[in-house]
Amino acid sequence: MSAAPYETVETDVLVLGAGGAGLRAAIAAAETGARVQVVCKSLLGKAHTVMAEGGVAAAMHNVAYQDSWEVHFADTMKGGKLINDWRMAEIHARESPERVLELERWGAVFDRTWQGRIHQRPFGAHTYPRLAHIGDRTGLELIRTLQDRAVHTKGVDVHMEVTVFKLLKADGRIAGALAYRRADGSVILYRCGALVLASGGAGKMYRVTSNSWESTGDGTALAYDAGAQLRDMEMVQFHPTGMVWPAGVRGILVTEGVRGEGGVLRNKDGERFMERYDRDRMELSSRDVVARAINSEVLAGRGTPHAGAFLDITHRKPEYIKSKLPSMYEQFLKLANVDITRQPMEVAPTIHYAMGGVRVEAETGASTVPGLYAAGEVASGLHGANRLGGNSLSDLLVFGKRAGEAAAGAVEVKSETAALDPAQIDTAIAELMAPLDRVAGENPFALQAEIQDAMSAHAPIVRDGPGLEAGLDKILELRARARKCGTGGSNTLAFNPGWHTAHDLESMLVNAEALLRSALERKESRGAHARSDFPGTDDELTNVNYAVEKTPDGMVVHAEQRPPMPDYLAEAVHHSYARYTPEATE
Amino acid sequence: MEISTLDLKIWRGDAKGGELVSYRVPVREGMVVLDAVLWVQANMASDLAVRWNCKAAKCGSCSAEIQGFPRLMCKTPLTEYGGQVTVGPMKAFPIVKDLVTDVSWNYQVNKEIPPFTPSEKDTLSSEPWRMQQKDVERVMEFRKCIECFLCQDVCHVLRAHDMKTAFYGPRYMVRIASLEMHPKDTLDRRPLLKGKAGIGYCNVTKCCTEVCPEHIKITDNAIIPLKERMDDAYFDPVRAIVRRLGRRERKADRP
Repeated sequence: MSAAPYETVETDVLVLGAGGAGLRAAIAAAETGARVQVVCKSLLGKAHTVMAEGGVAAAMHNVAYQDSWEVHFADTMKGGKLINDWRMAEIHARESPERVLELERWGAVFDRTWQGRIHQRPFGAHTYPRLAHIGDRTGLELIRTLQDRAVHTKGVDVHMEVTVFKLLKADGRIAGALAYRRADGSVILYRCGALVLASGGAGKMYRVTSNSWESTGDGTALAYDAGAQLRDMEMVQFHPTGMVWPAGVRGILVTEGVRGEGGVLRNKDGERFMERYDRDRMELSSRDVVARAINSEVLAGRGTPHAGAFLDITHRKPEYIKSKLPSMYEQFLKLANVDITRQPMEVAPTIHYAMGGVRVEAETGASTVPGLYAAGEVASGLHGANRLGGNSLSDLLVFGKRAGEAAAGAVEVKSETAALDPAQIDTAIAELMAPLDRVAGENPFALQAEIQDAMSAHAPIVRDGPGLEAGLDKILELRARARKCGTGGSNTLAFNPGWHTAHDLESMLVNAEALLRSALERKESRGAHARSDFPGTDDELTNVNYAVEKTPDGMVVHAEQRPPMPDYLAEAVHHSYARYTPEATE
Repeated sequence: MEISTLDLKIWRGDAKGGELVSYRVPVREGMVVLDAVLWVQANMASDLAVRWNCKAAKCGSCSAEIQGFPRLMCKTPLTEYGGQVTVGPMKAFPIVKDLVTDVSWNYQVNKEIPPFTPSEKDTLSSEPWRMQQKDVERVMEFRKCIECFLCQDVCHVLRAHDMKTAFYGPRYMVRIASLEMHPKDTLDRRPLLKGKAGIGYCNVTKCCTEVCPEHIKITDNAIIPLKERMDDAYFDPVRAIVRRLGRRERKADRP
């Protein structure tokens, strides 16, 4: 099929994704006077940020006066098992209070303390109550505030339901992107001076996930294809509490706020089992610990009827539960016919978040490719081997702003008329359209299901070498098949999800391959990455991150030493009371 | 009662027209309408257009008319119906394809509403703001809105009369209420309510409240208080007389 015609849109900064990070970046870039084009796969305001329930972590010390950025920093580092980019963790801890207060000045409404300050709730592995929140729908509040701010900011334009499928470079710099409109399949060429990736994670490569259809890891795959380095790709977070029953709702998130408000976990014998895994922090231990504890209980035969654990908050007053956890109350009542004020919830781990992603510079969010920036879940570094609840919303705000400003700054030194290679454009469009010419090829939805089964089987909570090897073989085989897949039966350009999915497969497979290859390299257990063949944490690897890069010979993973922390940060970690929980070598 | 297969009728077509198409779907325990629709998409009709995201009633993407009633597909268990369900697109908006409608008008309306505007003093102050819980609770109800546009879909002003140029619809009454009743907002949006937003067109049938998946009391808590504010300013007879007298006195006072 010959290349389709396309329209051209000129902009200064192109932002991929309209979740918290994308919108914050767009606002920041536009405030410097740049023209900003936001492109998102869904409608505006539907991005995955709305799923964030618990709150946004910021050391404002409104509830616990002892809190400070140093304590937040140390919590983040220890929770991430010390492989975090310490400079990112420092910037994040220092700047998040300012970003939250700024949000309030843009119209966001948070729950208050009796003195009228922003209320903060306790959360897993945060030393002090730190999460600014509004009931259990903080993410919605954040995205609505940013959405309204962005559409009323001069210079910001949003294209909804548009998917980017190729980043374009000129003279080694990012100079544009190709995208298609979901509604009619028409192609758009965006020409830009700089590009901010804010496209979220890749949870959809697993079967049981809290992520939506959108989370296919497009940003990491596009960046990888453009030559950017990825980092920490082995680190994906299982959220300890997803719904398990009924089958139709499996994986839907149950906020950590339930535990923050006092919810306890029990096994089928009624035992509060967290006592055996983390006596000090119990249910509010870090997510990797709680998820693995539930997994171990189930494997030991102490799971609930649907292979999970009971999460019980019935000791709280019904009115309190309904005011603090309104959407959880509604969700269980409606979808599982469970009244959480009277009955325990049944929960099990669900894939939730990618700590790994595009390798970025701490200060600016710049990737290793000039002109390409990343912020939010698609970037890596801040969360290390395990993300603390509440740190992602503050991540979006802090690094969204920084990436937006840096991208706008990079445009000034760049000529508008970059020479894009027309042959490259034609090839990319031809590849996009190719599945439409082979409608009888394999069904993309069936292939997607096979990817999900392979990842669930071969890269579960606890991994091992042979399993990861087998997973990699399977993913490589699927990659070859995906390149020849069809659309599921229809060759229409008009809103054709089969065709769209055929294209998303490539993104998911790049992410899956990077995950498996990195996981094979990290021969230890640390945070979200647990290996039964290497059960202990190796202190030698505390300064090591695994980077993934595209080479002419395919995907390559290499270990990189991280420079040591400066003394003042090392001291903050040393003096903190937070627990660091390396895995014991047996 | 356990249902083994479902007769799912989905409206298929585009702006030029369409029809209901029947699909037989195997049913698992706990399935919602969206699961059944996505099963059809994955197994029988890969080009079936449908919007969805969170699948947990938090994003408001999967709005449709189920048995003719505007609902979120992800929040509607199949057990509410027998072995047969009919799903169609929202009728108040132009069709794109199948269950997907063009809702862009809503986003244009949102752009027309003047944004949150705190006082100059509050803007310049470097101190964090203080607000009381009971003051913010009033607007929290409105801020629960997930923009599913089901209220817009069911509103007869928009649906039956297609008066989108005269009335913003319930969603944007909720939006304006969230700004007007924000403890720190200072802007007066009453001229907008009377003029372009067309609040007078709402005749309080409360259909919007009935379909709201977030249980926002749209009519009682947002629209009626806004109508009262607007009436106070423009149509209160006592105030009108006082205003007229005031004007005369001022004229008389003039030298």
